[in-house]
Amino acid sequence: MTRKAALTRAHVEERIFGVLRWCVIAFLAVITLLPFYYMLLLSVKPIDALLLDPGSLLISAKDFTLATYRDVLRSTDDGGQGFLRFLLNSALVSLGTVALTLLAAVPGAYAVSRLKFFGHRQVSALFLAVYLFPATLLAVPLFVVFAKMGLSSSLVGLAIVYVAQTVPVSIYMLKNYLVTIPASIEEAAALDGCTRLQTVRKVILPLTLPSLMATGLYVFMIAWNEFLFALLFLAAVPGKWTVSLGLAQLSNGIEVPKTVLMAGSVVLTIPVVLLFFAAERLLTEGLTSGADKS
Amino acid sequence: MTTAPAGAPQRRETSPRPTDRPTAPRGRRPMTAGRRANRAGLAFVSPTFIVVLVVVVLPIAWTVLLAFQRAKLVDIQGMGLFGNWSLDNFAQVFDSAGFWSSLTTTLLYTAGATLGSVALGLVAALALRKPFHGRGLLRAAMLLPYVAPVVAVAFVWEVALSPQYGVVNDWGRHLFGWDDPIAFLSTREYEVHLLGMHVDIPLALLTVIAFECWRYFPFAFLFILARLQAVPDGLEEAALVDGATVSQRFRHILLPQLMPVIALLCVLRFIMTFNKFDDVYLLTGGGAGTNVAAVRVYDFLTARYDVGAAAAQALVLAAALMILLGFYFKLFGNKVQEES
Repeated sequence: MTRKAALTRAHVEERIFGVLRWCVIAFLAVITLLPFYYMLLLSVKPIDALLLDPGSLLISAKDFTLATYRDVLRSTDDGGQGFLRFLLNSALVSLGTVALTLLAAVPGAYAVSRLKFFGHRQVSALFLAVYLFPATLLAVPLFVVFAKMGLSSSLVGLAIVYVAQTVPVSIYMLKNYLVTIPASIEEAAALDGCTRLQTVRKVILPLTLPSLMATGLYVFMIAWNEFLFALLFLAAVPGKWTVSLGLAQLSNGIEVPKTVLMAGSVVLTIPVVLLFFAAERLLTEGLTSGADKS
Repeated sequence: MTTAPAGAPQRRETSPRPTDRPTAPRGRRPMTAGRRANRAGLAFVSPTFIVVLVVVVLPIAWTVLLAFQRAKLVDIQGMGLFGNWSLDNFAQVFDSAGFWSSLTTTLLYTAGATLGSVALGLVAALALRKPFHGRGLLRAAMLLPYVAPVVAVAFVWEVALSPQYGVVNDWGRHLFGWDDPIAFLSTREYEVHLLGMHVDIPLALLTVIAFECWRYFPFAFLFILARLQAVPDGLEEAALVDGATVSQRFRHILLPQLMPVIALLCVLRFIMTFNKFDDVYLLTGGGAGTNVAAVRVYDFLTARYDVGAAAAQALVLAAALMILLGFYFKLFGNKVQEES
């Protein structure tokens, strides 16, 4: 009897959760995809069409327009918003940040994961602790220092700040990957007469490539999407704005149609989403490796 | 960096290979494998260490100093590192209107967003655990809110929630019969009639919390899913054979396995959200009861150029976070330790 009851309960639950599961899946698909669809949709609509029927999630062929993109991308001299310029700035800052961060993080991650040196526990703790400090805490002194050094409105200065934001995470991600590479490979290289630097360059780096790419991608994303420091340092110099900042300023400025704003959002989002889809698996594995051991 | 001699397999100090074994100490250089590793380690770690020191540790230290000085941005030029010490900034921060309410707001915001995003992430991970057609695609799509630039998604929310041209209000009026459009992002208190009772809910705050949950649930989802996939099949099969129902299996098998990663996620999200600036700033500018502490730091810095007060506020924020974390680790320390 009890067994039968348990079985039916199991059965009922199986049913309920089976249905619930699909509801959840549908819900998740809607909340993650709809906002992006909405962004794309509004960006190709004339503003009148939006005001006329704000609830419409479709677009008719006669309404379709790319004028919003022309407006956003065209340089300010031609009466546009100059987003091409901002895209270039963002790309420079982000790529610079990736290069600098990897340069700083690789040796550190290698040392922390491989070498037992005096204070290695403290150093890895420090790297992680730094990750826990708020950006606002850093913002104040960096703002002052950069104002003093005249770096406050330069892209180089911004890249340096981003390095500070990304080095700790990068070390953590790289370290998690490095510990999975067997030490015997290095020993073999050492027996073949490689110095340690050669071992790292010729043996470890090629093996770490997937993790390097995942980390680089993550860093790129952070740098591309960052807003606070760009706002603090570059707000006064329109020529140096990143896309994020440009878009935020666009919305504050003189009345700009929301559809143009959405076109700007699409332009800002597309590079990072494309990169992400190209390397999604790599990134998710890079981020979560080490999360599954308990 | 080249001070390290030919690489020895330093991970095995206890059993060095014959070639590495220090022969009778000739001269004054008995380089043991351990010492070599030590040197190499220091050499390798120093570039990173210097970067972290210069761009993170020193600025933070300087913030602490600035917080105890009268420092407007214009004065800084001629100011020494150690000016006149005072507690004025802290007095100003604690006395200023809205400090305590902003701290409360920050706490509510952080707790709500942390719990919401982790819970949603957990639900999502459970729903996407078993393979189905199109799972890979959906999994990738679900990471979009986390990957997309905050400025772009904040604008989408702003437009969608707008009382004039937003899709949400339009649908709300047609589907749910709302009488007036709701200004989600600028309503401090929204009166709700429920069973004859009038309740005021902090609508703008709830909206920014919802935004934060939406934006960061993919992060929790990723980590929980990774952990779920590492749960041994045998455990659940055994429970299934014993007749455990779905909810029982979750409660007694999966949840204990997931607890460490959930605890870790809660800590991480809490820290991140506590200091969050851009999301709230972009959505509401800190108005309508969403004035979180991080936005206040920004206001001190840019509206009044009061570096000292901004530093003091940031420091108070960091201290509050440390205290909360201290409590947390005292209570749940073991679980998180296990995970990291």
